[in-house]
Amino acid sequence: MCTYNTEVLEISASAKGATGWFPATTASVYFDHPVHYAAGHALIIDVLNSSRGPSARAAIEMDAVSARQLAETILRTLDAVPVELLEG
Amino acid sequence: MTVDLRATTVAIEGHGGDHIEAYLAEPLGVDRVGGVVVIHHLPGYDEATKEITRKFAAQGYLAILPNLYSRDAPGASSDDAAALVRSQGGVPDARIVGDVGGAVAYLRRHPSSNAKVGVIGYCSGGRQTVLSACNLDVDAAVDCYGAFVMADPPADSPFNFTSLAPILDNLSCPLLGLFGADDKFPTPEQGEQLGRVLAEHHKHFESHVYEGAGHAFFAVDRPSYRPEVAVQAWGEVWDFFGRYLSS
Repeated sequence: MCTYNTEVLEISASAKGATGWFPATTASVYFDHPVHYAAGHALIIDVLNSSRGPSARAAIEMDAVSARQLAETILRTLDAVPVELLEG
Repeated sequence: MTVDLRATTVAIEGHGGDHIEAYLAEPLGVDRVGGVVVIHHLPGYDEATKEITRKFAAQGYLAILPNLYSRDAPGASSDDAAALVRSQGGVPDARIVGDVGGAVAYLRRHPSSNAKVGVIGYCSGGRQTVLSACNLDVDAAVDCYGAFVMADPPADSPFNFTSLAPILDNLSCPLLGLFGADDKFPTPEQGEQLGRVLAEHHKHFESHVYEGAGHAFFAVDRPSYRPEVAVQAWGEVWDFFGRYLSS
């Protein structure tokens, strides 16, 4: 089904989409029908800047196992970084 | 037997008088035929749904697919448009009804129309089909495994809509429901619940629940595709629209 399960958060980032790099302001995280990944449903992340139009978007679709591994790896990476570096 | 067809992008008048994009598929060499509005799912005005629209034309129906994200992302690829709309909380039900209503009116004005128009949708388009049939004067409706017809979406969903149960007494036409026995959203029990409520309101409802199929058994581009079930279910669609959309 179209799950509608979506979380949207503001982010401070840059992303590279179809038209090159752009400042990203929003991320949508959801579990729904993928466009390209060959599965009925997938964990999907859209990184967006709606003020620059719909094509200012970088997207990833992956299975649930990969998504959990990615999330855990991100947290592990951040935990390993000296606190001083996390301040930008 | 299939017929030749022509498929083009057109502008139609949608909700609030806005002009929106739509994909029109017209059978050639026919006169006074029924029309079908195809309602796309949450992932958008995509190639798979355009293919379904052409399928109706090949079967001799005027068919149109309104782009429900036309205002939000004009000219964008369907996946980019869907992502933008999702990030902004989706499309309000009233706008969907207005846009589908515009598509219905467009088909009824078509020179080859017999003035009968049905609606059909898959997945979330199935819910929007029931929504449309409860708010518009149409002649037949087919809900293909639409979730959240009889249940509210998750409480933490950013989408602002509810179950359609309170408006089912407004259903304007016969409704056909096609469901997979293994589907969890909607469950077969929710399909039965839909049938019970419609019976209480003396509405015409037919349904089929297919064993060995879950959600999206019609979707030829997904692993959920079940060819034997899809062939059988397409037969039910042709029979149903044949009964209610013929001259």
